[in-house]
Amino acid sequence: MAYAAGVDVGSTQTKAVIVDEGRRIVSRSLTMTGANVIRAAEEAFQEALRSGDLREEEVEYVVGTGYGRYKVTFGNTQVTEISCHGRGAVHMFPQTRTVVDMGGQDTKAIRVAPTGEIVDFCMNDKCAAGTGRFLGAASSALDIPLDELGPTALRGQRPVKISTTCTVFAESEVLSWLGKGKKIEDILLGVHQSIAGRSTGLLRRVGLEEEITFTGGVAKNVAMIETLQHSLGLKVNVSDDSHYMGALGAALFALDHILTARHPAKTG
Amino acid sequence: MTTYTAGIDVGSTYTKAVVLDDDLEMVGRAMRPTGFKLTQIAGETLAAALEAAGLPRDAVRYTVATGFGRHQVELSDVQVTDLTAAARGATHLFPGTRTILDVGGQTMKASRLGVGAKVKSFRLNDKCAAGTGAFLEKTARYMGFSTEEIGPLVSTSKDPIAISGVCAVFAESEVINHLSQGVAPADIMHGAVVSLVGRSVQLLRRVGLEPEFTLVGGILRFERMAAVVRDQLKSDVNVAPGDLVQFTAALGAAILGQRRLQQLGDAAVA
Repeated sequence: MAYAAGVDVGSTQTKAVIVDEGRRIVSRSLTMTGANVIRAAEEAFQEALRSGDLREEEVEYVVGTGYGRYKVTFGNTQVTEISCHGRGAVHMFPQTRTVVDMGGQDTKAIRVAPTGEIVDFCMNDKCAAGTGRFLGAASSALDIPLDELGPTALRGQRPVKISTTCTVFAESEVLSWLGKGKKIEDILLGVHQSIAGRSTGLLRRVGLEEEITFTGGVAKNVAMIETLQHSLGLKVNVSDDSHYMGALGAALFALDHILTARHPAKTG
Repeated sequence: MTTYTAGIDVGSTYTKAVVLDDDLEMVGRAMRPTGFKLTQIAGETLAAALEAAGLPRDAVRYTVATGFGRHQVELSDVQVTDLTAAARGATHLFPGTRTILDVGGQTMKASRLGVGAKVKSFRLNDKCAAGTGAFLEKTARYMGFSTEEIGPLVSTSKDPIAISGVCAVFAESEVINHLSQGVAPADIMHGAVVSLVGRSVQLLRRVGLEPEFTLVGGILRFERMAAVVRDQLKSDVNVAPGDLVQFTAALGAAILGQRRLQQLGDAAVA
């Protein structure tokens, strides 16, 4: 049995996924990227090997992806995260035509063909507005852990309207709403709606085509799923492995390489 | 008997108050962090300025509020925009002023003046922290420095490092990258200043570059900051001495108060 791995070095977290020849996920791991990107990539890979009870030699091919993909020193090749997210999303939800990926520092809208190939994409990576960092700012301003933001926001009844664009200014706006006596859940619901609105704008620019699959670490957030669906007026697919989607895509590209090398005649 | 007026400038980061006599001499001033209770902080800052002047509260005949929080200043008689107030203050300090650059904590404004310190045209950025004091504060904080240390830090730098990112939030990763490659914090801070000034010069171009230029706003109190502006504009710039640069709009508001009193007096006589 051959195995292939994908390592997705994101701005905040590094993820690794190992798949077997049947394209099944054998193991996954997640570690904080931190300042030492090379070490984070190694750690994530080693952890995935351990949890899959595999030796390094059993993994025949490794693809690096994410902003730090060139720091995956043990990787055989690199593929952009756009391609990997598209591939991973289509693997999980074969009817996917549009992918929205929300990470720690950027939000991407990707349109894919039925084959999983990228048709078009749009991303917000110049400005933190509408990215996971916006939630991070709210989390630190309100002193609420990131994983409690979603459940808290869902208790909101009367969301405030967040008027600022910039994440830096949003932090003060959140505090000023608090000063005006607004409930934390109403402020947080407003924050989620603001991000959902921005992401919807991004998705419309690549063309909204169903089905839509929501990937990235922020897809773990229940309120983000809810407000995004409300803003789009459409359902979105979310997998339990949403934040491993890039690493999964990378692992599938790695497996392609192994299988192609084995049967060169089938290529072309 | 001397007639006193007050100007209160409620900015996004600091609230400034100035007490002025009828010879347009500043007799007291005070500054407090704005926080979120705008009405309260405006009252406290004015009280501190009066105390500095050795005057009782009822000594002030007319109070003019300006800045983003001007409508929350309950004790004011009238409100004026920060552009109007800064224009008045800048031309009082430097009568030849034609173009003003005002860099605040959360906004950047460029304005060109016509006759009589009237604002002829202006452009502002209040949507994005990249061109504002918040950008420098964030950059300093990522490296463990306070706002007050920005000036001294930059003055030790010889060569600014190029900061390529726009977003003040993403600057964090860029700062971390530079630090991990052994770049001195002073050179990173200097780079952030050069980037900010580059943005402000773009804004100034849009209102037209007409000398004399006068700089306004707390961030510009750092000498190196003004030097970078001078460098990029290739022109001399006026900067009020010491922390007066931070009080320009409050001063302008107090001057507008004196003028208003005069008009009201003239009307009463007529």
